[in-house]
Amino acid sequence: MDSRKYGVILCQSNIEQKVSKRTMNLIQIAWRNFCHRSLSSILTTLSLALGVGLVVLVLSIYGVINEAFTRNASVGYNLVVGPKGSPLQLTLNSVFYLSQPIENLPYTEYMEFLSEAERSEMVDRFGGDEELKQRGGRYAPFIGDGFVIPLALGDYFGEFRVVGTTPLFFEKLRHGPTLEQTFTFSSGRAFQDFSEEHSYFEAVVGSRVAKEMNVGVGDQFFPTHGDPTGHGHDLGFTIVGVMDPTGTPNDRAAFVNLEGFYLMDGHAKPIEETTADDSEKTPQGKLSPDLEPKVAKRDDYRLLSIPEREVTSLLVRTGNIMFAPSMQNAINEGIRSQAAAPVGEINKLMGLIVGPLKNAMLMITLITCVVAAVGILVSIYNSMNDRKRDIAVMRALGARRSTVTTIIIYESLLVATIGAIVGWILAHAGITAYSGTIEDQTGVQVGFFTTSGNEVWILPLVILLALIAALLPAWSAYRTDVGSNLSA
Amino acid sequence: MKVMLQITNLVKSFPQPEGGSIKVLDVPNLQVNEGEHVALIGQSGGGKTTLLHLIAGLLTPDEGSIQINGIELTKLSEQGRDRFRAGTIGYVFQTFNLLPAFTALENVRLGMTFGSGVAESERAIDLLERVGLGDRAHYRPRQLSVGQQQRVAIARAMAGKPRILLADEPTANVDPKSAETVLELIRETCAEEKVAILMVTHDLQIASQFERVDQLDEINQAVERSR
Ligand SMILES: Nc1ncnc2c1ncn2[C@@H]1O[C@H](COP(=O)(O)OP(=O)(O)O)[C@@H](O)[C@H]1O
Ligand SMILES: [Mg+2]
Repeated sequence: MDSRKYGVILCQSNIEQKVSKRTMNLIQIAWRNFCHRSLSSILTTLSLALGVGLVVLVLSIYGVINEAFTRNASVGYNLVVGPKGSPLQLTLNSVFYLSQPIENLPYTEYMEFLSEAERSEMVDRFGGDEELKQRGGRYAPFIGDGFVIPLALGDYFGEFRVVGTTPLFFEKLRHGPTLEQTFTFSSGRAFQDFSEEHSYFEAVVGSRVAKEMNVGVGDQFFPTHGDPTGHGHDLGFTIVGVMDPTGTPNDRAAFVNLEGFYLMDGHAKPIEETTADDSEKTPQGKLSPDLEPKVAKRDDYRLLSIPEREVTSLLVRTGNIMFAPSMQNAINEGIRSQAAAPVGEINKLMGLIVGPLKNAMLMITLITCVVAAVGILVSIYNSMNDRKRDIAVMRALGARRSTVTTIIIYESLLVATIGAIVGWILAHAGITAYSGTIEDQTGVQVGFFTTSGNEVWILPLVILLALIAALLPAWSAYRTDVGSNLSA
Repeated sequence: MKVMLQITNLVKSFPQPEGGSIKVLDVPNLQVNEGEHVALIGQSGGGKTTLLHLIAGLLTPDEGSIQINGIELTKLSEQGRDRFRAGTIGYVFQTFNLLPAFTALENVRLGMTFGSGVAESERAIDLLERVGLGDRAHYRPRQLSVGQQQRVAIARAMAGKPRILLADEPTANVDPKSAETVLELIRETCAEEKVAILMVTHDLQIASQFERVDQLDEINQAVERSR
């Protein structure tokens, strides 16, 4: 019954205002009728508000999802290279750290993106086929002053993906709305390829990983293999940095030095043929544990040779953005790998799955609005019997048929307009209330006045619905017989 | 004296539920002069309300003519009649005169809105004061007694500055003392604004206060034949 009181108060505040005006317009008259049946009016309005609120919510959530995906799909690189297969899966794996793990690429494929000098250095450092030194990588010319960052995926820290990569990852990648922000650290620093303190076993964790796994700089973790519940490796990585929140999937990943990653059990690719000089090298992994020195030395561990190495994917930025399509073609024509443009893949995904899903949700919520509109119809139509006399009185006072009809239509429009505005406010208040969580999880900033483009259609649509709903009662008002309703 | 209302050979029949039709009114001649106060006495079911509806243009006659202020009502379109009614005629019904969603003042202003189109608050308040309800301006109809409601109805009927006031048994549902007041108010305000009155009633006592009292049964030729 509160609502009734509320309606009355609202309406009474109108009296003074009305007295001062010279005419009572039809909207005011409709408003008084709205107030007179305040409980029914408010309930009808509320049901419409809920429908509108749901539509706005669906549109906003879709907007957030869309922006989150598209924004994250461009983190400063323009191509993802991985084994042949589904480009979408490659994108989901390498950009979003989602989906089933994919096959790996031989390390030599990575080297195809490097210059002759870089390749020579690698062969000298890790050991491998001398012929690799003889030429530059096939795709190296496209890279220019861009970059290639290798990723090795497949391990987990808790439920979070462990990403084996190089320090280049933190040096080259950018994020933020304009892709200008470098990764920053709430504590610590990026990992190094080799440090005297932790040897090859440094790690950096994303903000959410730090929060949810309750770890910080100085803590050690042991990646598990294959899936979140898989068995652990005995080699631990020491966290040397915790990243600031970026609103990208990187918040949900733990980054480890690729070299250390290779040294973990089962990460070496078995090779059929061992080379002669292998015999003098220690087996892969740690030397005897009791000899572990306080200060690590570079030759405490034998790094994997090139044939033993694999990468899951490569994040590639061509020096000149114009080169990207021809490079993508060149890679896709090869036998080993494929190149995917993450933004394109995500747009396809949105168009293929999320878009139709949004449309389905929109349909459902629009039906809610239609139901609410039927509610308006029923509510006004039900009141028509009580109002026949009122209409007849107005007619006797000189109101035309069209005037009493217009009043009924205005009443429906009032419900529609108030319902649409209240619904919009409710939805946006709800979104604003959760804006912190939304930003934490997606990096998308939403405020009260963040609107998706389609929201402008809501009010006209609701008004159209209300007009349709008003037709029947309006017709009934139009046809109300004055004589018989006055002499009752 | 100028003629305000001239009815000539007016005939109105209604279709019957069981088929056929019944002639309710057959009025060869009825005149009301400008500013004249006329009471018309008739028994229940005698066609009083029907006659007022015809004069107000809420119903159309089967035959005959109704001239008000020199204008032939039967020649007007429905919209024309609406406009004419708004500008020329004030109407007070037997009961349920007021719109329940609106205050007394708003009811009066509604009369103006639909009437002259200009709803001056000053005149509305002035009219309410004249019927003794200045302090009830913001009351809703359900907060007023029936007598008070009828007084608001009078104020509202006068709001559009009519030339003739049609009153349909305005005191029938009011206690005798209030009936007296209501009647006085009607006559007073109409006299002040030089508005003609045509009041229909079945109550001889009430009618007798008017200077001219007509018997509808004598005017209406349909009576004998219909009964
Ligand atoms: N719309 C109508 N349809 C059919 N008959 C009607 C209608 N209006 C009035 N009548 C009949 O006309 C007669 C006169 O009615 P009315 O004018 O209301 O009488 P009064 O007001 O004098 O009591 C009654 O017999 C009534 O049944
Ligand atoms: Mg009657």
